[in-house]
Amino acid sequence: MYEQIASNKRRTFLLIAGAVVFLGLIGYAIGLVTSSGPAGLVFALAVAIAMALGSYFYGDRIVLASTRAREVGAEEEPRLHNIAEGLAIAAGIAKPRVYVVPEQALNAYATGRDPEHSSIAVTRGLLDAMNRVELEGVVGHELAHVQDRDILVGTIVATLVGAAVLLSEFFMRAWWWGGLGGRRGSDRGGGPVALVFFAAGIVMLILAPIVGQIIKMAVSRNREYLADAQGVMLTRYPPGLVSALRKIEAGSAIPMHSANNATAHLWLNQPSRIQGEGMGPLERLFQTHPPIQERIRRLEEM
Amino acid sequence: MVVAIVVIALVAFLVLLVVLMYNRLVRLRNRTENGWAQVDVQLRRRYDLIPNLVETVRGYAAYERELFEEVTNARARAIDASSVPDQAQAENQITRGLRQLFAVVEDYPDLKANEGFLALQEELTGTESKIAYARQFYNDQVMRLNTLIGSFPSVLVARAFGFTERPFFEIEDPAQGPAQVDFAG
Repeated sequence: MYEQIASNKRRTFLLIAGAVVFLGLIGYAIGLVTSSGPAGLVFALAVAIAMALGSYFYGDRIVLASTRAREVGAEEEPRLHNIAEGLAIAAGIAKPRVYVVPEQALNAYATGRDPEHSSIAVTRGLLDAMNRVELEGVVGHELAHVQDRDILVGTIVATLVGAAVLLSEFFMRAWWWGGLGGRRGSDRGGGPVALVFFAAGIVMLILAPIVGQIIKMAVSRNREYLADAQGVMLTRYPPGLVSALRKIEAGSAIPMHSANNATAHLWLNQPSRIQGEGMGPLERLFQTHPPIQERIRRLEEM
Repeated sequence: MVVAIVVIALVAFLVLLVVLMYNRLVRLRNRTENGWAQVDVQLRRRYDLIPNLVETVRGYAAYERELFEEVTNARARAIDASSVPDQAQAENQITRGLRQLFAVVEDYPDLKANEGFLALQEELTGTESKIAYARQFYNDQVMRLNTLIGSFPSVLVARAFGFTERPFFEIEDPAQGPAQVDFAG
């Protein structure tokens, strides 16, 4: 566990350093092209540092807002609060803040920068479908991520690297709809704008798999197995999490509207916006989760 | 000259070792004490809930008087308990009494549907599992502390600075920890 914490802090540092260097280089390149000297570099570095600080201190809030999670009080969700508090006691960490995501899909995630500043969010669907023991299994898994500081890496990835993902989705869609729809003025007007979007879309298209790869490198699949095992060490009851995972698997066809490729790695189960089984090709690029069947098998062997 | 340097280096090394072990002992002792404080908070929460529960159930099932007395007495004994094993024994009685109480409730559909009762039941179930988790954390810390105090060479440091082993907080039926009891049936 302590190695895990150290490794996560190292990953966070590398991610932030990588982002600063990357943006700095872009700034430098722009400076060279426009021959405006070091201004571009300075500006890019300032932006990079601001982004790094922002994602460190406000990353959890950005993630929570992007999934439309709402904080709930102990009176509103006594069961969830009791379970979160109990398991936090078992883990010897502060009680996380508790959020509910208004979605019917069965899923949950944890975010924050350390156990003193952590939040867990579960979907309304999960809350309704799980009994107490199953919910304990899920919350135990999320608290294991909190303990290991997986939440730190996950949140930084979601906000820092995720910015690129969000941009790529934006440009992709703008380009796609703008290109096919021919909405306004087929003769003139949209010309240069469409061209810019097209170029940006192409760049992002190339960038997306790279970004996906960075996310995959930052958050390994083993982390999920580890959190399963560690969460079960808190609840001391593997069948609870097994039964929860079975229900989640059975309900995985329910689409999640607030899912996106920037936050996909944070969720307990790989979310998909697409109705039915499986996920879209772009979503597959950002697949970071091991199959649920395999997770169940490992839990049952304990 | 060389001998002096070697001796000084050795002494410095030993002092460093003692300091490190001492710090580890202190850290574990603090965690153990904090663990016990957590257990205590949850136990107190349960003491506060019991009178409410008894009153609510009494309104529907007045003639289960013996059971009410048993739970109430067990609560009083637990509050008076001074050592960890005494406490554990009294808590076991409370837990047993509460289980009987919730079993009895099964026969009273009106009570089972009462909102105040349902809220109390969630509170008690939550508190029960928090007691279990706090106990788990406390016992883990006690085990680590006792292991360190009992093993060489930390035993020497522990003796020298008066660290003592702590008792475990045991419940009678670990296979059926309260966390898994489904009062709702």
